[in-house]
Amino acid sequence: MPPNMNPHITWFAPETRHQIVEEAQRILEEVGVFVENEEALELLTGAGCRIEASERRVRIPASLVEKAVASAPQRILLYGRHGEAVMDLGGDRIHFNPGSAALRIYDAQEKRARTPISADLVRFIKLVDALPHYAAQSTGLISGDVPPEVGDRYRLYLALLYSNKPVVTGTFRIDGFRPMAEMLAAVAGGPQELRAKPNAIFDCCPSPPLKWSELTAQALIDCARSGIVAELISMPLTGATSPVTLAGAIVQHCAESLSGVVIHQLACPGAPIIIGGSPACFDMRKGTTPMGAIETMMIDGGYAEIGKHLGLPTQAYMALSDAKTVDYQAGMESAMGALVAALSGINNISGPGMLDFESCQSLEKLVLDHEACGSALRLARGIELREDPILPLALMQQGIKRSFLPLAHTKRWFRQEAYFPDEVIDRSTLEEWRKLGGKDATQRASQRVEQILSGQQAEPLDPPLAEALREIMEAEARRFGMEKLPDLP
Amino acid sequence: MDSFLERCTQSVLEGEEEQAEDLARQALDLGYPPLAVIEDGFIRGIRKVGELWEEGTVFLPELVMAAGAMKKAMAVLLPALGAGVQSPAQGHLVIGTIEGDIHDIGKTLVATMLEANGFRVTDLGADVPVGRFVDEAEACGADGIAISALLTTTMSGQRRVVEELKKRALRPRFKVLVGGAPCSQEWAEQIGADGYAGDAVAAVALARRLICAG
Repeated sequence: MPPNMNPHITWFAPETRHQIVEEAQRILEEVGVFVENEEALELLTGAGCRIEASERRVRIPASLVEKAVASAPQRILLYGRHGEAVMDLGGDRIHFNPGSAALRIYDAQEKRARTPISADLVRFIKLVDALPHYAAQSTGLISGDVPPEVGDRYRLYLALLYSNKPVVTGTFRIDGFRPMAEMLAAVAGGPQELRAKPNAIFDCCPSPPLKWSELTAQALIDCARSGIVAELISMPLTGATSPVTLAGAIVQHCAESLSGVVIHQLACPGAPIIIGGSPACFDMRKGTTPMGAIETMMIDGGYAEIGKHLGLPTQAYMALSDAKTVDYQAGMESAMGALVAALSGINNISGPGMLDFESCQSLEKLVLDHEACGSALRLARGIELREDPILPLALMQQGIKRSFLPLAHTKRWFRQEAYFPDEVIDRSTLEEWRKLGGKDATQRASQRVEQILSGQQAEPLDPPLAEALREIMEAEARRFGMEKLPDLP
Repeated sequence: MDSFLERCTQSVLEGEEEQAEDLARQALDLGYPPLAVIEDGFIRGIRKVGELWEEGTVFLPELVMAAGAMKKAMAVLLPALGAGVQSPAQGHLVIGTIEGDIHDIGKTLVATMLEANGFRVTDLGADVPVGRFVDEAEACGADGIAISALLTTTMSGQRRVVEELKKRALRPRFKVLVGGAPCSQEWAEQIGADGYAGDAVAAVALARRLICAG
């Protein structure tokens, strides 16, 4: 049998990959990174980095970068509520999860975006839990009915209460880390168990160009020490906060990411870290950061290839759109992103459901994007060679005689060959479509959202565990002036 | 039109900083009155860029570079305006991105365009506390305060600046301009600001309307 080939985009020649990493290392040696965080500065200078007394710009030698990359794991397993491995990050294995931290939810009934409240978060989490192509939860919405200071921990609290899946999340404030890690450890069974079987990824975002703020450097260090998976989100904006060339932006992305790997591995060698990002091809007309631009997706694919070249798991914010409603643009940009990401073999693809530059989530879009993800997962498997010869003569003759429909060969393979989309994807005849009410995709999706949410749900968290999480969350809410947490459905 | 002044206009239009600075020097050497060079040469360039921006044929880097060229030329010409000649300065604004918000690309662009269009600008940078907007505006005798916010979580700071002005009984003294992705005319009205602008060229027009007319 000839081998199966997985379809794959290659962005750079091997020598270009080397050159990008070498140029990034040179930038770290000669230009350096600005680090606001004292502890990170101590780690770096302790490992032999030079720092100018007048500034906090740290020059990182290539030898230190290479050591850090070598000590980071090439494969990361992420675990669900019952300790089962549900995400296997590394190689070209792809996984989808929704876009994270939206400030608004798109209300399809009212046709407008509004501030989400706890009940919206619960619906979102339950929906993600029920959709199989989403491997993880993301804390996709920020709840407007709790103090903003506890927004980060509250969204994680709800995700842990209502879902079995691991969580892609992050802190908004330095003091968010401790309660969030406590909740995750409680679910994992303790701090040691959390380290052995991590159930969450925290995004850590350097500020372009070449800067680690107090918050993000601390998040990196805290993740490394607790075993929570750190995900580096470098965000070059072409022509604004990075060079305008796509390749130049990828070199800057590489330099920022490598500096993050160094800080992280110095804090705890061998701790799990992902090379991710949220770059954008800066819009030179509107000054916006289009996530649906094809060039944004090209930068994503390009840096992910560099991440793979370094041997580290990868992430990107793709399969999302800048459209303001669930319309043609929303579908086009999200589906293109899902495909480019899948063909680039990006391990953790975050984005579905998202509209308006990563700022607005839609439950309808989440259901529709799920189909783009299902199709992309199918595409990534490629055209599989089931037997040799590929088409035996006897099969051909049977098919001529009886058609292929009643053949054992058809029964054997049809479920594996085709991806069966959900009914939100319309494949009915015109007549049947009319009979079903002549609904468009968004209307069908609205219906599916309600069906799914009224169907089978994840079993509730063990009451003592739910109580333990509530105590942590209540203490946090009280610190910021909220005596009682919002009622949950 | 004088072909020398035409070249001045063109240097701004093309965003050629060095050329603009050089032409400004040459203008003085050739004995052109500085005010005439500004008004009939360089300012025509920045106005034209603003028009092309509104037409949609000019992009952000070209806008920034035109403003940069304008500033270089003005730096040469303004000191040469003799005493008694009225400076073309259109007013003085204090500008910054509100506290909690580190985004400053948009704010810096507005500041640059205001300066290029003859305003004096005190740029306070990003993550500026509410009180500092008022302190600085008072200290430098500004005509207006321009506040940028890029996040829905930080835009409430714009309202607090207006409230702070009222608290110190300074509200009538300063025009308040707001801008940034989550803002709108409706928001400006809601918080009692004097105006909203959606981009840097609109901000210049707004500042002219509020300050030069006021």
